[in-house]
Amino acid sequence: MRKITYAQALNEAIREEMQRDSRVFIYGEDVGLLGGVMGVTRGLLEEFGEERVRGCPLSETAIAGSGVGAAMTGTRPIVEIGYADFLAVCFDEVYNKAAKWRYAHGGQFTIPLVIRTAMGAAYGTSCEHSQCPEALFMHTPGLKIALPSNAYDAKGLLKTAIRDDNPVLFFEHKLLYRKKEEVPEEEYLIPFGNAKIKKEGKDITVLATSLMVERAMEASKELEKESIDLEVIDLRTIVPLDKETILNSVNKTGHLVIIEEANKTGSVGGEITAIVQEEAFSVLKKPIKRISSLDVPIPYNLKLESFVIPNVARIIEELKNFFKK
Amino acid sequence: MKYSKDFLLNLYIKLLRARKVEEKFVELYAQGKIPGNAHSGIGEEATFVGACMALNSSDYMLPTHRGVMAVLTKGVSLKSIFCDAFGKREGTNKGKGGIVRICSKEKGVLGISGTQGGVFVIAVGAGLSIKILKEKKVVLAFFGDDTSNRGTFHESLNMASLWKLPIIFVCDNNEYGISEHVSKVMAVSNVADRAVAYSIPSEIVDGNLILEVYEATMRAVNRAHSGGGPTLIEAKTYRIREHSEGGIPFPRPKEVISAWENKCPVKQYKEFLLNKGFIDKEWINKVDQKLNKEIEEAIKLANNSKDPQVEDVWDGLYV
Repeated sequence: MRKITYAQALNEAIREEMQRDSRVFIYGEDVGLLGGVMGVTRGLLEEFGEERVRGCPLSETAIAGSGVGAAMTGTRPIVEIGYADFLAVCFDEVYNKAAKWRYAHGGQFTIPLVIRTAMGAAYGTSCEHSQCPEALFMHTPGLKIALPSNAYDAKGLLKTAIRDDNPVLFFEHKLLYRKKEEVPEEEYLIPFGNAKIKKEGKDITVLATSLMVERAMEASKELEKESIDLEVIDLRTIVPLDKETILNSVNKTGHLVIIEEANKTGSVGGEITAIVQEEAFSVLKKPIKRISSLDVPIPYNLKLESFVIPNVARIIEELKNFFKK
Repeated sequence: MKYSKDFLLNLYIKLLRARKVEEKFVELYAQGKIPGNAHSGIGEEATFVGACMALNSSDYMLPTHRGVMAVLTKGVSLKSIFCDAFGKREGTNKGKGGIVRICSKEKGVLGISGTQGGVFVIAVGAGLSIKILKEKKVVLAFFGDDTSNRGTFHESLNMASLWKLPIIFVCDNNEYGISEHVSKVMAVSNVADRAVAYSIPSEIVDGNLILEVYEATMRAVNRAHSGGGPTLIEAKTYRIREHSEGGIPFPRPKEVISAWENKCPVKQYKEFLLNKGFIDKEWINKVDQKLNKEIEEAIKLANNSKDPQVEDVWDGLYV
């Protein structure tokens, strides 16, 4: 099977959906001629033209907010917000409009909007170009949230996002764009709320999203040598959350560790911890553990950055300590 | 512009109906029948009704929080309006959004952003849809004077101008945000002065003369239809009552309020029609009684309609 990059997989998803449905269009800063700051929209302007592929002024509130307005009036916009940190600039447009417009207006409108953005630290990108703010949006009723960890999932999840009639936040990761994987040429979609067991195991249920999935998988190889058998689950989407897969696994292992790049306090991991202890307290053999970024803004210096964000070495050590205690 | 007598008389009925609904809201709020807030638009009817009269049923419109008369003119029924005010399940937003979110997908009433300034970005989006779907529609976006100080106003006008979107931005300049007079919070003298910064044509109209508002809006509609892009219309008017019913009263000079009451949009238009000999006192009384009856009936129907069930809290969150 051919191998393509995460960025190419996203590009294909967008292209296929735009070919399939003329109401789908894409815009954001540098989306047109440049092909996006992460290169995801290359070639789309040439194929679909200026009406449906638009670069924009530096105006996140109008970009995101107009996405809501367009979605409710018959088109299916994909809006690109270059860096997830910039969701702070258009927070009102996502938190108060995208998430709430349908509900507050008695269900009269549908908002088939996809907001794509790049999250995560990328070696020196520092505090306002490195964040993973998905917890803020999990806390917001009315949104769906996907965080693909690989090219195959990226394509399948983005196609689902574009066809979903609800507003979807689609968090891509900067360090994943160039990673290649086998991606079929035939069409496929990955439903939301469908976590993927990347590796079966009997000792520890390890939940991860995005970049942390491949780090968890790498850690699992090392831990095998110490006879610690991880079950690594890629959540893929946090809203909807695949509780069934999580709870089945925890039931089996009795041990749960959540690995996330986001800052620890108030994280998605904290929410999952609350859910699991509410619904499966009696099967837990130990308290649930989170391996997260330290509660500081992401620093610029590479050594500091690497200390703050869970790297493979830290993941291995913390899992070992967790299991052996 | 040349008008048929029918059009002119119908305009009066729409204007008076708007005034009566506004008066009813004040009354109902004082009786404790409306939860939350009510923002009276008494004195500003010509701005909202006049502009909306330039729209087709397929055009999109976004009101302000003082916009009951806009949604009414755009075609939402009296019964629906009162149902929404009372939070009934049969309202347009089924008890979820209150008065300000009276809306209608069918009639192009797109609803409201509770944070002031959301209207601009939503309007840009609706304009984009019209362009991409190649529809012959326009978007009418109402907003207040103080709201034009939001960043979203500036981003949206810039974008609307660049992309030549078919949007009519209508400023209901009633001189006040809540308590801040427009001269204290805006660095330019007129909201319309801001349009030049975005290369958008603008007009200032007397917001209490309904035909002036209507004609300016029609010019903007025609501009939008011929690919000329957006227009900014500033309607100068005045807020007669407090920002919100039951809110902290903010005293304003009595003589100023009186002067504006003398320029009442309903009174002015009625006098215009009387002077032209298009209407007489008998017709005026007949219309008055008909409208009173209509409104009472609508309130009765709304009062008798169903409240939402508690299970309804889960409806409408996701498709």
